[in-house]
Amino acid sequence: MKEIYLDNSATTKAYESVGDLVRKVMCEDYGNPSSMHAKGVAAEKYIRDAKETLAGLWKVQPKEIFFTSGGTESDNLALMGAARANARAGKHLITSAIEHPAILNTMRHLEEEEGFRVTYLPVDRYGRVSLEALKESLCRETILVSIMYVNNEVGSVQPIQEAAGIVKAYNKNILFHVDAVQGFGKYRIYPKRLKIDMCSISGHKIHGPKGIGALYIDERVKIKPIVFGGEQQKNVRSGTENVAGIAGLALAARTIYDGLDGKVARMRQLKRHFIEEVTKIENTTIHGLHDETSAPHIISVGFAGIRSEVLLHALEDKGIYVSSGSACSSNHPQVSGVLRGIGARQEFLDATLRFSMSEFTTAEEIDTTIRTLYNIVPMLRRYTRH
Amino acid sequence: MQFSTFLLKYGEIGVKGKNRYLFEDALVRQVRRALRGVDGTFKAYKSQGRIYVDCEGGYDYEETVERLQKVFGLVGICPVVRLEDKGFEELRKSVVAYMAEVYPERDLTFKVETRRAKKTYPKNSMEISCDLGEAVLEAFPEIRVDVHDPDVTLHVEIRTDAVYVYSQVIPGAGGMPSGTNGKAMLLLSGGIDSPVAGYMIARRGVGIEATYFHAPPYTSERAKQKVADLARIVAGYAGPVKLHVVNFTDIQLYIYDKCPHDELTIIMRRYMMRIAEHFAKESGCLGLITGESIGQVASQTMQSLAATDDVCALPVYRPVIGLDKQDIVDIAQKIGTFETSIQPFEDCCTIFVAKHPVTKPRVDIIRRSEESLEEKIEELVKTAIDTVEVIEAE
Repeated sequence: MKEIYLDNSATTKAYESVGDLVRKVMCEDYGNPSSMHAKGVAAEKYIRDAKETLAGLWKVQPKEIFFTSGGTESDNLALMGAARANARAGKHLITSAIEHPAILNTMRHLEEEEGFRVTYLPVDRYGRVSLEALKESLCRETILVSIMYVNNEVGSVQPIQEAAGIVKAYNKNILFHVDAVQGFGKYRIYPKRLKIDMCSISGHKIHGPKGIGALYIDERVKIKPIVFGGEQQKNVRSGTENVAGIAGLALAARTIYDGLDGKVARMRQLKRHFIEEVTKIENTTIHGLHDETSAPHIISVGFAGIRSEVLLHALEDKGIYVSSGSACSSNHPQVSGVLRGIGARQEFLDATLRFSMSEFTTAEEIDTTIRTLYNIVPMLRRYTRH
Repeated sequence: MQFSTFLLKYGEIGVKGKNRYLFEDALVRQVRRALRGVDGTFKAYKSQGRIYVDCEGGYDYEETVERLQKVFGLVGICPVVRLEDKGFEELRKSVVAYMAEVYPERDLTFKVETRRAKKTYPKNSMEISCDLGEAVLEAFPEIRVDVHDPDVTLHVEIRTDAVYVYSQVIPGAGGMPSGTNGKAMLLLSGGIDSPVAGYMIARRGVGIEATYFHAPPYTSERAKQKVADLARIVAGYAGPVKLHVVNFTDIQLYIYDKCPHDELTIIMRRYMMRIAEHFAKESGCLGLITGESIGQVASQTMQSLAATDDVCALPVYRPVIGLDKQDIVDIAQKIGTFETSIQPFEDCCTIFVAKHPVTKPRVDIIRRSEESLEEKIEELVKTAIDTVEVIEAE
């Protein structure tokens, strides 16, 4: 049975070239980048090159790039590091209600343990953060706003430029952070033009390795470290650099942006087709927007009357891998806060699957998936609880 | 000072008459099994109506005690200091050193009890007890003697090869040694109750096999993994557990197609019992075990339990039948199954079932409903039995 992997928002298959490079760095160029000898210099070069690659893609300076253990750590460093460093200017933070747990739980920590006040902005029924609410919540105490680029569950794209514009117009000293884990590799993101001060990305969502992420920090931003040690990376993030991961992340980033427009256009076309066909099944709904303003790779579909876990395993049985809600929290199959946030109807709350594509997804795979759904959805609906 | 021997106390075995040696041998076997894989070299043996474990070289004391505490049949585990016999003067010093180390707080009453197997020892038991007691009193004026109800009884055994000193009794698991009371088949779900039920019956010396029903592809591999993990935890007490994993999907869907939906759960339960009983008989089990507790859910009302038992010839043991949920949770936490049990995965009892099942099924009505399954059910049950997957959990 051919495997059809439609869970690319959970993680992606690494590019072959990335796998090869990671192996080479680990087994041949294994020096410690802090070592003074040639082995260390060779390792350090990978890091320098990686910073240049990301800096080029973001149009920022290489010295504004920092490497972390992944998207979660990047988010933690950005929020905790910046909140603590700027707490004297005020203790109010703003985020949206549909952020990834890496943001929400960090905010909650700052709220409960460190005396910050946090505003969680509501979203409209398509999962877009309310700019009105943002305007209203800004105050003299506000020091940091964090909004994601693409929502990981329903694929809504946030009005980052408008939001950052509003924030900076109110007070240019307020920091603006973007969790771009789902947006990077699908959109060209230029932090300086968008007036973004910090931006998080992750390696394994762009066909790179797991355990590696990066954070862009504008050089003017004051930030305190959250891990302590050998003062690597200008003491913003101590710890011997994950050279193999860094090299792999950079290569993956370069590769995914190579011919990006064509890749995105193809995914959009597949998404359109998928939505057209899947909505022919009765009592289904697409969460979020269908059109060009939504992410090209994420499709969140509610199938009334079928527990998402049951449908997920039924698809798995046919070699099709998808996820229910967001894979990051799927070990706790509680009802998705995002679906509630966008006001999804009760019958869809625990009956929604997320299909997420990559540049490798083919039209044939989408057709097979649709055909499979045509077969199993009516079959499973016969066995609905009632 | 190092504890180099454990003296193991057992309870009810003492009263088993002529079969006593069977129980003791089983206990020694279980002790050996329990210590397999612990760092160190252990020798377990019977001697003079007791069981000892000698530990050679560096061994992991904490882990050893932890493992011994899981052996059914042991009521107490006494860590023993084994001394070379270098004369009474040396023994006095060692006993004082022992008290100093084991009871640093000193505010206690004690007595000395001596057993003298080596009859050539220059003092008799009474004299040894008196003289050692005096030595302890001299060394620690705040310690007092109480021969009737002491806080600490310091045991001194003069053996031919060594002198044993001990006073602590670490509580054991109690019960009867595994494998001395036949075998039973546990219906193991991923929940909190059934592993506890298995543990309780195993504690009476009963070997455990288990049957688990899953509904692939609709239930997760992780749900099966979780049940295998639970079987392994139970096996830590009960000895190896043979786990039968039965694919129940087709039976469940067939019942759904043919029977009234409010009776699904009870009819499903009846087929689970039938299949579990099949495996039970096949491997010589003398009963079935379930984790049911009266009234906990619809399938556990008195009427439902009766309707379930209706299909079984073997006795069904339900050790948690009279316990409240919290009582069961307490045991699950004590035996270490709780954390695993609460992992949230769908299992075959939570998918494809009615929202409002009957709570007072009547056996005659249920039997009649089952008649509509006649066409295919036998074949489906046979397939489920033939395609069973067996996991050896230990």
